[in-house]
Formats: sequence, C-alpha cells, structure tokens
Amino acid sequence: MRCNPCSSILMLAALLTMAGCDQYSPVESTQQGFRGTAMVELAEPGDDDLAAAVQAAIPAALPQVPPGGPKAGDVYKNVKVLGHLDAGQFGRLMASITAWVAPKEGCAYCHEAANFADDSKYTKVVSRRMIEMTLAINGGWKDHVGETGVTCYTCHGGQHIPANLWSRDPGPDRRSRFDGNQDGQNSPVRSVGLSSLPFDPYTPFLLGASEIRVNAPQALPTEPAHAPDILSAERTYGLMMHMSDSLGVNCTFCHNSRAFAVWEESNPQRATAWHGIRMVRQINTDYMEPLASVFPENRLGPLGDPLKANCSTCHQGLNKPLGGVSMLKDHPELGGPAPAVVKE
Amino acid sequence: MPMLSFERKYRVRGGTLLGGDLFDFWIGPFYVGFFGVTGAFFTILGTALILYGAALGPTWNIWQINIAPPDLSYGLGLAPLKEGGLWQIITVCALGSFGSWALREVEISRKLGIGLHVPFAFSVAIFAYFTLVVIRPLLMGAWGHGFPYGILSHLDWVSNTGYQYLHFHYNPAHMLAVTFFFTTTFALSLHGSLILSATNPGPGEEVKTPEHENTFFRDAIGYSIGTLGIHRLGLFLALSAGFWSAICIVISGPFWSKGWPEWWNWWLSLPIW
Repeated sequence: MRCNPCSSILMLAALLTMAGCDQYSPVESTQQGFRGTAMVELAEPGDDDLAAAVQAAIPAALPQVPPGGPKAGDVYKNVKVLGHLDAGQFGRLMASITAWVAPKEGCAYCHEAANFADDSKYTKVVSRRMIEMTLAINGGWKDHVGETGVTCYTCHGGQHIPANLWSRDPGPDRRSRFDGNQDGQNSPVRSVGLSSLPFDPYTPFLLGASEIRVNAPQALPTEPAHAPDILSAERTYGLMMHMSDSLGVNCTFCHNSRAFAVWEESNPQRATAWHGIRMVRQINTDYMEPLASVFPENRLGPLGDPLKANCSTCHQGLNKPLGGVSMLKDHPELGGPAPAVVKE
Repeated sequence: MPMLSFERKYRVRGGTLLGGDLFDFWIGPFYVGFFGVTGAFFTILGTALILYGAALGPTWNIWQINIAPPDLSYGLGLAPLKEGGLWQIITVCALGSFGSWALREVEISRKLGIGLHVPFAFSVAIFAYFTLVVIRPLLMGAWGHGFPYGILSHLDWVSNTGYQYLHFHYNPAHMLAVTFFFTTTFALSLHGSLILSATNPGPGEEVKTPEHENTFFRDAIGYSIGTLGIHRLGLFLALSAGFWSAICIVISGPFWSKGWPEWWNWWLSLPIW
C-alpha cells in the first residue's frame, strides 16, 4: 500500500525514458565560453540543412569581363551610380542583378524595353537606390558585413521582394474588446519568437533610434534615467527575440546572461550585432522610408509605409547570411561607393 | 550521552541492509551503520576535494569559489584533475554521500518499523541532482553540461542555461515545477498557521482539537483534508516540485533545443482557432 506512489512514479519515469529513446538523437552543442558557464550554442542534426539548401541555390557567378574599354557612363545614358565602371563590367553586373532579382522577367522587370535609359518604371528607381544602398553597406558597414559583404541576392534570393520584410503593424483591432489596449502583447507572432512580448519590436529600434538601456547600473534604481519602464524592457526583449529567431541562435550566442549589458563579458558577436542594428536603422531611414512616394500602393504596408529591412531580411535563420558564402568577391564593383572602388 | 526515556524502544539491533551487525552501533546520538561509514568517507573526501579545488582557484571569497565541469570537448571521458576532473570526482563523492544518507535513512526506518517515506522523499531530491549532473550530461554527450560547484557560478550557469532556450518560463515542466513549489509553500503556510492557531488559544481557553481545525476549513472553503491528509498532500506537492524540476531541465537540450516559446506552436496550430 505504501509503495504505490513510488512505484507509479518510477513507472512513469521509465515510460518517459523509453518514449524518448526510440527517436533520440543527441543535440550538437558548441562551447563559447569558459567551461561550466553554460555559454553554449545548441543545434539539432537537421539544422545544417538550411545553410546547405541556401548555399546550393546560389546562382553561379557570371564569368569575369576583361578590364578596360569605355566607361558605362560614356556608353549608356542616364547611368547615375555606376557610371565609373567599365561598360563590360557594368553589363555583367546588370545581368547578375537580373539573375538575383528578376530571373523570369529579365531586363524588362526594371527597364522599358524600348529605352533602357528611361526612368518611368518604379522598379528601376528603386533598384538604383538599392544599388547605392549595397555600395554603402559594403563600403561603410564592414563592422557588420566584414569582407563577406552583401549583394542584391543576399536579401532577394532570386525574388522581386525579399522574403523577410516588415512594415508598420496596426496590430489586432481591439477597439470593441473590453480588455482594450494590450500594448502589443499577447498576440503571438513570429517577430518576437511567439512570446507574449510587444509584437512590433522593429519600429522603435530599426526605424527609430531607441537605445537598448534597460539594465539598471545599480540595485533598486531610482533615477529615472536608470529605471526604464517595463514596456521599454519588453520592447527590447522583443527585438532580442527577433534577432535570435532571425539568426537561429540563442541568447548566449552574444550575451553572458549574468550581466547582459557588460561588454567585457559578452561574446564578440554582440559587437557585430550592435553595428548591425545601426546598419539596419540606416537602411530603413535613409533608403527605404524615402522611397514611400516611389512605390505603388500595392507595394506598401497596411499603414502606407514601404516594406523595410530587419535582421531576418539578410540572415533568414542563419547566423551568417547565405551560410557565410561571399558573393561580393565575384563582384568587387559592389565593394563600395564610386571613389572607394579599386579598379584593376 | 544520556538517552531520552523512549529512545530505548528504537535503539534496537537489526534492520540493516548491508554489513549485518558489524556497523550496527551508535556514536553518541548518531546511528552509524554501513552507510554511515560510506557516507562519512564520501563526504570527507568530497569536501576535501572542494577545498583543494578552491585552493587551486584564484580566490577564497566564499561567493566566488568555482569548481567547474570539464570543457565540452572532453565529452563523456575523464578530464585532467585541474580541468574539470575535480568536478567529476566531487560529483561521484556527492552522489555517494547522498545515496549513503538515503540508505542510512532506510536502515533507521526499518529499525523503527515505520514507512520509507523519508528516504523516498530525500531520493526525489537526489534524483533532481542526479538528473542535472548525470542524466542530462549523458543525454547531451558531455559532462561539461553539468552545473559548476560554486555559490555564484552555479547561478550564472542556471541563468545562461535558461537563456539558451530564450525564455525558460515557457517550459511546460518548469511551469508545473514552479506551480508545485508555490503551492507547497502555500499549503505549508495554511497548515502551519492552522496548527499555531489551534495550539495557541486565547487566555483561559484550552488547546483545540483537530475537530476545531477541520471545522475552520470546512467553514472557510467547504472542505478539510484532515490531519493525516494534509501531510500526504504536503509530501505530494513538495515531491512533485522536485520531480518536475528534474523533468524541466532534462527535456531542455536532450529533447528540445529551440526557444521554449516556440514549443507552444502546437497550441497555436490547434484547429479550434
């Protein structure tokens, strides 16, 4: 009689163990800090397949064009950004962009077939601005993109519109609900890793210049500057969930959670991410938002703002976009704005 | 050493699991037994190794002493003494010591002719520890997944391990464990306050009986679980807390490597929405 509880618990434990064993495969773990600190990245055996699939889909680079010959700006009309390239090099880049962004439609997706110099298609105006953006990223944000750099394909992946973009979110319409405004919480969405955090972590940090300052530097903080409200803490955690989800990593990829804010105890990846936040902010404020008047209405979000970038736009679930493959090395002409381009 | 009047009744020969009469004696108030000897051995050796490990480390600050498990690269093998080997031997000593204590409790229970509830309850605590430093590391393929021995360092481990799954409060077994912990303290506070109020009557009044205690809860919530029942309930709640703690950590890593919020996708994808 007295042994009934213990035997039933033992049986339950045995059942749980056996239930797990028939399909058990051990997790792969990577140590990223001193032993015993649990600074560990976890991956399951299938997790590498995503990187492999993404890499296999990358279109082969077109053969290099021998340098020399007239400049694109002299040969073609209305070349505003890439006029300093050799005409051959320019043509190769245009063909590559076609493969990266509009492989089915070809040149006509952006260009008037009768007059390539014409700017009447919005796609051409947007493309030009996006080329400027790519040059700015590769030339000015090496702290984030390193020498790997980005090309149109990094985000577009062969599609007109990158798969992962965001626009301002009106949120669920709760006006007729008795529980009213929930400050964006309790609507599980992918943007915050399906947690109950505010569903729009992008607007404050990746468009606005909100700083992540939610860790108090002292116990029981009383100074307003040291005591951010709970909502800003939750927005910050929402952004972190987005970063984690976009990169397929956990919190300890960047942070030592015993002291989130302390740089000395963080992994070097955190510095890369810090620059990444500011890079995306510039992409959105300097490049995407000003295009609001250029895009047709059907390309805008529900609140009339253009689609914008976040971490997943490039990363797409991988901590290194495209699994770390550098397409930039085959396209040095995208390495930076005109003066910085080193011609061979 | 004087004996209390009733001690003669249970200071009796027999009931041992191992060693027969050889260790069946007392030192002062303490029963020894075979497992008292092994318990002392593991405890003294383990404590000495902790002191040795502390001496090797950079600090004698009690909060900061840290004896860490090996690097993950050692897998399930043995590590050099100063690179986690100490942790491995101390873990063996800890389990030897805890196990000895539990079996010594069994022997004492047998002498007394009482149930094995006490050693069983302690075994659940040992099971939780065993899960943390043996079962989960085995399932994840490296002793380095155990937690470090240090007052602050083990808290850092808990924090980082939680954040490996983004938000540990979404772990369903963690939810159960936390709920059981809180319910245990709640039940204990109800029970403790009831006993204190029944045994501390007003001036001139007599100590109250269980009938009064039952009546209080029947009046308050319509039901009284009773004098024996409350202890059964308390044991169940406390052991469930420890049991689900063990489950919540053993599923984190071996059986789930993503964020815990994501686990609840099954709820969001139910066809009822």
